[in-house]
Amino acid sequence: MATKPATSPSPETTLSRRGFLMKLGILFNGFAAMVLAVPVVRFLLASFTRGRGNGYLSWVPLGNVGNFPEGETRMATFRSPFVMPTDGKTVDTACWVRRIAGDRFQVFAINCAHLGCPVRWFPQSGLFMCPCHGGAYYRDGGRASGPPERGLFEYPYRIDNGVLTIDAGQLPTPGDPVANISSEKPPCA
Amino acid sequence: MRLIKRIGEWFDHRLQLAAPIREAAEHPVPRSTASWFYVFGSAALTVFILQVVTGILLALIYVPSAGEAWSSLQALNHQVALGWFVRAMHGWGSNFMVAIVLIHMAQVFLFGAHKFPRELTWVIGVFLLLMTLGMAFTGQVMRFDQDAYWGLGIGASIASRVPIIGPAVVKLMLGGPIIAGATLSRFFAMHVFVIPGLLIVFVSLHVLMVLKLGINEWPMPGRIVRRATYEVQYHALTKEDGAPFVPYAIWKDMFFAAFIILAVGACAFYFGPFGPTGQPDPTIIQTAPKPDYFFLWLYALLSLLPPSLETPFLLICPPLVILGLILLPFLSGEGEKSWKRRPLAVVTVLMIAITLGTFTRLAQFTPWSPHMNAWSGDPVPDRYIRGTTALERQGALVFQVKQCRNCHSLENTGGQRGPALDSVAVRLTQDQLIRQVIQGGGNMPAYGNNLSPAETTALVAFLETLHPATQNPARDAARELVLSTGQLKTSGTEP
Repeated sequence: MATKPATSPSPETTLSRRGFLMKLGILFNGFAAMVLAVPVVRFLLASFTRGRGNGYLSWVPLGNVGNFPEGETRMATFRSPFVMPTDGKTVDTACWVRRIAGDRFQVFAINCAHLGCPVRWFPQSGLFMCPCHGGAYYRDGGRASGPPERGLFEYPYRIDNGVLTIDAGQLPTPGDPVANISSEKPPCA
Repeated sequence: MRLIKRIGEWFDHRLQLAAPIREAAEHPVPRSTASWFYVFGSAALTVFILQVVTGILLALIYVPSAGEAWSSLQALNHQVALGWFVRAMHGWGSNFMVAIVLIHMAQVFLFGAHKFPRELTWVIGVFLLLMTLGMAFTGQVMRFDQDAYWGLGIGASIASRVPIIGPAVVKLMLGGPIIAGATLSRFFAMHVFVIPGLLIVFVSLHVLMVLKLGINEWPMPGRIVRRATYEVQYHALTKEDGAPFVPYAIWKDMFFAAFIILAVGACAFYFGPFGPTGQPDPTIIQTAPKPDYFFLWLYALLSLLPPSLETPFLLICPPLVILGLILLPFLSGEGEKSWKRRPLAVVTVLMIAITLGTFTRLAQFTPWSPHMNAWSGDPVPDRYIRGTTALERQGALVFQVKQCRNCHSLENTGGQRGPALDSVAVRLTQDQLIRQVIQGGGNMPAYGNNLSPAETTALVAFLETLHPATQNPARDAARELVLSTGQLKTSGTEP
């Protein structure tokens, strides 16, 4: 008892054994948290790290070319290539298909390039009109009036054995580079 | 009676909560704070508790799955006894909560309660406002109908405009590449666990600080707040002219809380639940999505801003506003509290209220949206057809068939996107009409590719008849002069 004060240093000047163990404990917990953080963060970010691999964007069929009369614009629907069991109807998506002539098509996203509301096609006036903020587009998807800063989003398309197929599966948004893939000027208005 | 007292003592011997609770309840507050102006904070807390209770009740039936949420809402509305009433209480409760939080904030600001030493109380209040709005937005998504679906699309479109990280933010927000099951699930987690959890923590801190720092005294013009002296003065005030919070001040809070609960209940009973509108099926595009009332001002703003200003506005203004609100108590932590000596504060609150009110009002009848059915639904008024020539009638037909009516009204029916055309002939000459129709301009699409020359001629002939009987149509005097001099010249050279 009498020797103890002499051997144990005062807590202010040096680290006590208990203090050291506590700090080690904090460090150990920090390590455990880091180990756990890796799968947690990976899980939280799953929705966009997965996009780099396969899945989100792929070629989906819209129907036979014959379903789309030349010179007309018609609505087509497709099922998103990335489906989860709880998605219900939300994986069905609409788009506007304009067959210019022959194998020349334009496939527009249903989403207004302003804020994503569903645009409607009016063949009589040859305009797409948006019900939300009043955006309007010409038949070739070019901006006609209203708040959109650009024309309608277009899906890249190809024709496989007479079936019109588009590269789709992602909500087109104004800031997304994927939405701007097919932005070459259409052949005629 | 003695038994109850003994049981109470048994518990308090172990919990030891009675003394601190009594102390908190009976702490002296300035007599002037027992005012009907000071009831909004407790009212907000009351509505929050109401929301928690009705929210838990809804969760007993609601299914947070994109495939089934909509039908579970229908079941609540139509199958479960009084399910509609609980939904209506929750929906109206959210409207009341946003309104009360805003009123509370305006009152606190006008009474100078954000000044020293209550800066942190204000800052936490700002976070509480943001969380309340977050609850409102995520709650609208819970009502998983067409408005919710396309509302999410609007949210995603706004988020995508953030430079560089925008697309990643969108995928994080949606839980995948599209609006689907994962989107609803994560909004459910936010609405039910994350934000309410944070709200409870921050509300507790907010209330704790009100107890520790005391309720803001009634501001007197000329009584200046100084950091060095304020707390001493406040304590002197509570000693000289103070009264215990319970029951001296709390009875007004209690009356108002009960009144608010009854008001929410009455609105729920008379107006019923909100929606759901159509199914969240993205292939059904016959819809005009609209946000709930607390975001209507934003909806209007997004329609009215010039396109080039929109993205900067969306990305720069919200952080600036939030930063301004957080910095406010530090920039004006001292000085006058009374609104009578703070004209700028009063004008600011009025300006914000009038602006938000005007935008909200505008968004209720959306003059910027085309009326999708006007061309086939709203006939040209008889009196515009009577006594017209065949060409002009053909023009009226073109006017309807080419959907001009979706954006232009006649006799106040039809769209309001473009100007009303009842007296367009007074404003534009024939040449100007032709140019406007073919080339568009202003906010009008060009119809040159879509009208044959014959149709354009007929349409312009009809438009030229649109002027009041007492006013002549506009004419280009110079053109007539040029044409007549040309005739004179030809007649002059002929002989």
